[in-house]
Amino acid sequence: MQAFVKRVRNGDEIAYAITFLCAFAVIAITALLVFELYRNSEPSRVKFGWSFLWTKTWDPVAGEFGALPFIYGTVVTSAFAMILGIPLGVGAAIFLAELAPPRISSGLTFLIELLAAVPSVIIGVLGVFILLPFLRIVQPYIQGALGWTPLFAGPFYGVSLFSAGVVLTIMILPFIISISREVLLSVPNDQREGALALGATRWESTWDVVVPFARKGIVGSIFLALARSLGETMAVTMVVGNDPKISASLFAPGYSIAAVIANEFTEATGDLYQGALIELGLVLFALTIVINGAARILVASTTKRGTS
Amino acid sequence: MTRNTIGAIIGIALLAGAASAQTLINGAGATFPYPMYSKWFDSYHKKFPTIQFNYNSIGSGGGIQQVTAGTVDFGASDGPMNDTQIKDFKDKRGAEILHFPTVLGADVPVYNIPGVSSQLNFTPEALAGIFLGQIKKWNDPAITGPNPGVKLPANDIVVVHRSEGSGTTYCWTDYLSKISKEWETKVGRGTSVQWPVGLGGKGNEGVSGQIKQQPNSMGYVELIYAVQSKMTYGKVKNAAGNFVNATLESVTEAAGSVKDMPDDFRVSITNAPGKGAYPVATFTWLLIPTKIADPVKKKAITDFLHWMLTEGQTMTAALDYAPLPKPVIAKETKAIAKIN
Amino acid sequence: MSWNKRRRKAVNAIMLSLTALCTLFAAGSLVFILSYLFVHGAASLNWNFFTKLPTPVGETGGGMANAILGSAKLLLLATCVGVPIGFLGGVYLAEFGTSTFSFVVRYVTDLLNGVPSIVMGIFAYSLIVIRQKHFSTLAGGLALGVMMIPIAIRSSEEFLRGVPLSLREGAMALGASKSRAIWTVVVPAAKAGLITGIMLNLARVAGETAPLLFTSFSNRFWSPGWNQPTAALPEMVYKYAISAYDDWHQQAWSAGFVLLTLVLAVNIVARMILSKRGPAAR
Repeated sequence: MQAFVKRVRNGDEIAYAITFLCAFAVIAITALLVFELYRNSEPSRVKFGWSFLWTKTWDPVAGEFGALPFIYGTVVTSAFAMILGIPLGVGAAIFLAELAPPRISSGLTFLIELLAAVPSVIIGVLGVFILLPFLRIVQPYIQGALGWTPLFAGPFYGVSLFSAGVVLTIMILPFIISISREVLLSVPNDQREGALALGATRWESTWDVVVPFARKGIVGSIFLALARSLGETMAVTMVVGNDPKISASLFAPGYSIAAVIANEFTEATGDLYQGALIELGLVLFALTIVINGAARILVASTTKRGTS
Repeated sequence: MTRNTIGAIIGIALLAGAASAQTLINGAGATFPYPMYSKWFDSYHKKFPTIQFNYNSIGSGGGIQQVTAGTVDFGASDGPMNDTQIKDFKDKRGAEILHFPTVLGADVPVYNIPGVSSQLNFTPEALAGIFLGQIKKWNDPAITGPNPGVKLPANDIVVVHRSEGSGTTYCWTDYLSKISKEWETKVGRGTSVQWPVGLGGKGNEGVSGQIKQQPNSMGYVELIYAVQSKMTYGKVKNAAGNFVNATLESVTEAAGSVKDMPDDFRVSITNAPGKGAYPVATFTWLLIPTKIADPVKKKAITDFLHWMLTEGQTMTAALDYAPLPKPVIAKETKAIAKIN
Repeated sequence: MSWNKRRRKAVNAIMLSLTALCTLFAAGSLVFILSYLFVHGAASLNWNFFTKLPTPVGETGGGMANAILGSAKLLLLATCVGVPIGFLGGVYLAEFGTSTFSFVVRYVTDLLNGVPSIVMGIFAYSLIVIRQKHFSTLAGGLALGVMMIPIAIRSSEEFLRGVPLSLREGAMALGASKSRAIWTVVVPAAKAGLITGIMLNLARVAGETAPLLFTSFSNRFWSPGWNQPTAALPEMVYKYAISAYDDWHQQAWSAGFVLLTLVLAVNIVARMILSKRGPAAR
């Protein structure tokens, strides 16, 4: 009892209670959000049931709705952005944290962090007027080299899953870079010195010692980036082509869940149409659960030697 | 730092809290008449400084939804509310909703064919065929027929349409439904539809950007948008058999062709019969409940409607909108009395 | 020099230059976007932009003073909602967390972070706007605030964890209670990171349009108090960028430029404060 009183007086219990409440608030808010989505999507859930998930039709006039093309587009564009973005982002973070002189490093980081502040609608507009014409020039070369795979086959109209992936890559870079850099910088210096003293090259000390030490933080930054790219709305909708079809080629136009919600929510009249769009929001949420879960299992099986 | 933060909070709160004796009336809806409405509401505010009309262009469907939910004082839409929506409004708000036409708009076919700079003629059959995906090449006889002397390439047509729901799409699909049975049964009319072919561009800007960049493409945009952004657009063959250019006059003539305007003003003027009437035209409406609880707001709204139908109509041409025909104005003026 | 050593040296050189290339790409794309905005935005920027209300179509001039104040109010509210919950939640995860509950909290945080901004708008709309029967700054601030929570929590946790265990142990060895050690030693040591996290976070929500459409709505005029619709910069950028008018396009670029400059200014000020105080600043 006396120990308890002392701890309260020291503030430990209070601090614990307050921080616990805040952590719990996150769960409560998320639960409330899911509940609201669930409640508002009722008309669509009742009418289509589970088949909503694998139906390819999206016909607002006839009142038939299916989520499959949007799920496909969301997964493909985000996966593409991660494949491009992770090496680029982690590479840049390594450069900024380990190699660049501190002054240059903080200057560049500052610039890169600003990239996160560019409103996505501006990135979208720039995407339409600058990235798309550029991709039209580059595309024949990519197709020439890789056109034999179905992934890069077919005609190219500028707007495509590919373009959306590139835009997403640019948008997630600041998240990966700035957080990974901070984490790398917080790795104690003796780790580096130890490796260098043992005769490792700069790269070896970085890749084999510092990066594994910071792995958890880097993975965290990748999760943030993934979540961001799954839910990114305005910029994607301007370059993805907004065509609810499923094509094997990255050069074909597609659609994403967030984009269709942004495009059609304001005009969706009637409870069923609106319910279908809100159910898509729910599907995106579920998709995030699955992808995060899968990534976590992957990480858990590979970070055995990670620290902290 | 904490002290600075608190100072900043107090400062902003004071600034923000400087309440005024203004009457703020909120409205939401259609995007296409937004420039006109913003001009009207601004002029009206200058004339009557205590009245502020705040209009937000969130889209026609949004306007219908928000006025039904009661979160705004009035709505605006490019397509009339349908019977289900009107019943829904009555159930939720216990009042009627009134449609007041304000200005006219039109959709025009825009295209980008390398080597072709002249104004093309489009027949209804050609437009329906292209958007159904049955006419695939620019040198299809259905397109070359009415365009003698224009050398059209043997390239595939890339169709571009609006990706988000919009009044522009409603007008375009309403027209296609009237001139093509196949379109009506296969696709139908709506603010967003299941397109048989084509790419989706976000907003007018997205569609026009696509068309400017993509050779051999075609799509549709609002007339005012096409004029303002200096795009070439085609003529469309109307019900009387003439190829008509979209202008303020030809759009007004389409509106004038309505012989008996229904009392609720819910009327479609696509494929209108007049000789020089442009066939892909539409009214745009303000949606106002018959019951407005706040007497100050009620007076402001009815006063504004009277002003819009008189002085307001003289301001339309400067912004490339077609004004309402005289008989419609007379009929509307009477309808204002229904607000009580 | 052995072959093996030469190979390792070569790998070293190649990989290090590759990382430099990555940096160049990231910084380059940003420099491009910034200079594009600067060229297009700064051109038509003048004092009126900061002091006048928007003009209707057809009249040039005017400004976005109301949208600037509106954005400031929205961000202030968002900070009041997002930062305390996020920061304290992060403290819990880093300092007190039990493994199972922390796992759930982290997991849910990632999920919340993946919710698209427009869905956040729908959430605040159905929670506040529908109940109150009108749009308000309050609803918009809440939507943005909830959006801030996940990043605030994860970045706070990350940076608090980055503080070496020895510091904590040192403080507690001197007789400080755990909470005292956290507030007086751990948090100050992680301050640089914590503030950068908040800045990045604010920067992210400052540019959001979608969650505002159905919450703070928009306002042509000044927005009195906290319970009326308000204009916001990103929402003006969006509206003006997709319009047909050259003058509006100009203003959209200006607004985008101002938005970025404000974020830049906030960043610089924060960094200056940091570098003056304490050794933790980098």
